[in-house]
Amino acid sequence: MASLSIERLKKSYGAVEIIKGVDLSIADGEFVVFVGPSGCGKSTLLRMIAGLEEITSGELKIDGAVVNDLAPKERGIAMVFQSYALYPHKTVYDNMAFGLQIAGTDKAEIDAKVRNAARILKMEHLLDRRPNQLSGGQRQRVAIGRAIVRNPKVFLFDEPLSNLDAALRVTMRAELAKLHRDLAATMIYVTHDQVEAMTLADTIVVLEGGNVRQAGSPLELYHLPRNLFVAGFIGSPKMNMLPATVSAVAPAGLTVSAPWLAPTVIPVNPGGVAVGATVTVGIRPEHIQAGEGAVSVTGTVGLVERLGHQTIVEIAVSGGGLTALIDGETMTSPGETLTVGFHPKDAHVFDAAGEALTRLVVPEIAKVRKQRPAA
Amino acid sequence: MTTRSERLLQLALALLVVLIVLAPLALMVATSLKGDEGRILLDIGSLAAFWVSPGEASLTNYVQVLSSATQPFLRFLFNSVFVVGWIVGVGIFVNSAAAFALSRMRFRGRNLILAVVVALIIIPMEALAIPLLLMVNRVGWLDSYQAQIVPFIAHPFSIFLFYQFFAKLPKDIDEAAYVEGASPFQVYWKIALPLSGPVIATVAILQSLEYWNAYLWPLMVTRGPEVRPVSLALAQFFGTPPPTWGDLMAFSVMMSLPILILYLAFQRWFIQSVVASAVK
Repeated sequence: MASLSIERLKKSYGAVEIIKGVDLSIADGEFVVFVGPSGCGKSTLLRMIAGLEEITSGELKIDGAVVNDLAPKERGIAMVFQSYALYPHKTVYDNMAFGLQIAGTDKAEIDAKVRNAARILKMEHLLDRRPNQLSGGQRQRVAIGRAIVRNPKVFLFDEPLSNLDAALRVTMRAELAKLHRDLAATMIYVTHDQVEAMTLADTIVVLEGGNVRQAGSPLELYHLPRNLFVAGFIGSPKMNMLPATVSAVAPAGLTVSAPWLAPTVIPVNPGGVAVGATVTVGIRPEHIQAGEGAVSVTGTVGLVERLGHQTIVEIAVSGGGLTALIDGETMTSPGETLTVGFHPKDAHVFDAAGEALTRLVVPEIAKVRKQRPAA
Repeated sequence: MTTRSERLLQLALALLVVLIVLAPLALMVATSLKGDEGRILLDIGSLAAFWVSPGEASLTNYVQVLSSATQPFLRFLFNSVFVVGWIVGVGIFVNSAAAFALSRMRFRGRNLILAVVVALIIIPMEALAIPLLLMVNRVGWLDSYQAQIVPFIAHPFSIFLFYQFFAKLPKDIDEAAYVEGASPFQVYWKIALPLSGPVIATVAILQSLEYWNAYLWPLMVTRGPEVRPVSLALAQFFGTPPPTWGDLMAFSVMMSLPILILYLAFQRWFIQSVVASAVK
């Protein structure tokens, strides 16, 4: 187990800067998830931590020691790859034992460690098989087992579940969460799957274009996104973002109006926003209900996607479109006029630069962090 | 969907091709088993040349070839096996290691070296023979095994075959090994090489064939039977009057056997490799 500290970390390929100065501190035993769109640099950052990519500038410390110039094997890390990267010609046992064999570990010790990892991952019966005789989930387990046997300071996962089918992903996700609980190890996990990020992470780091846009607990990111990017990235369906004009500024909040929105007071700290400024109002689809609400909006129904328990409705309003996630029993169909409502305290306001104005009413749940049972 | 008559036609065509390919082999084996030289001369020119009745078959020609004092067949055979064995055995490691470096390691000039290796594939041995002879002469290797082995260990086409195979291996596998503490050599030795069985088989067969049949170079660098390979001995045998076809064919059969055995031993991997390169 170990803590990690990343300071002004940069990575360039020639003139192209991929990681543009990342600062991050990861506590001992923390489960950190890097998320972001394709090409945001999340995998590159992970590979830099692993030592598979050179660090152009900045400092990477594991347990306080700078490891920039250390080879992967000297960093005390283990990595699980998206493709599993098992050695096809070796049995499951030898796949897991390989790292220890290379390190010259005593045979009896290797055997004990491999069998212990196999027991943790419930695959004692697979030890004699080769990777091509295993299912996707079993292969992933071997890849994780290979990491466990080395007892690393830090586990790195590069989209480990993305090659699995949906059902298996749910199972493996739960197993990973349990593994983290059992090993209490520091884990860094890259994914583009929000559900994985929200369910597994102590801390989610949202990356965009080589920059960290926000790092925080899953619920903090959901309820208190710091900017438009994070607001749009976390949550599915995506947060609605519509332009509005500030018509009054008061300590209790901003009064905003737009063609689609009657003047409404949204409880946010006005900061430097002045009357007449254009801001972006954000409201999550799940905070919009069918029928009248504290604030009501009427529009024409476009697309209707029925999920059973809920229905996603796209509503064309003057000045833009709104997506609402309403209950599954409301009868509506494309072309109809529909009135929906939301509460101003659920809305977010972003200034012209896309930065969020501090919300004055923060739901209690936003402060909740992942619960871990006492060891 | 092919009809029955189409299938029959395909079968007939396939049989015809097989017959054409096998005819010289049948002629060689049948003639080698005919003890009577007069009978051989009589049969040549008719279909009887391709056949020997079990009653007439004898190993006289083989005994004659093996017991010849002037043409020590077993010595020639040993020379060929020795030379080809070394070329192929060492070549597999040298060529695969070179290919591993070219495909998996980053260093300055890598692409240039690869381009040179590919370009070397098309340069025929004959073009290099004279300068190579001068070099071999200079180091005093004339009439030796090393003159027949050392210049041919590095084999551009083998490097290329290994390169293609390694280039297709997922990079994650190497990286997983590096993270686990393996050195580049350990990745090559413990991961890449054990995975390249089909390429090893292909390279072994192609290189063995090439050097088993080598003629010009051994002719240039060898003088006596001590180090001469069997390919050269066959020519010598053929040129020694009077030509006895039975002995000659027995010589040819025995010369072909080792290569045939090698092919049979490796054919599963060889076909796997050829098919893989065709369908992937």
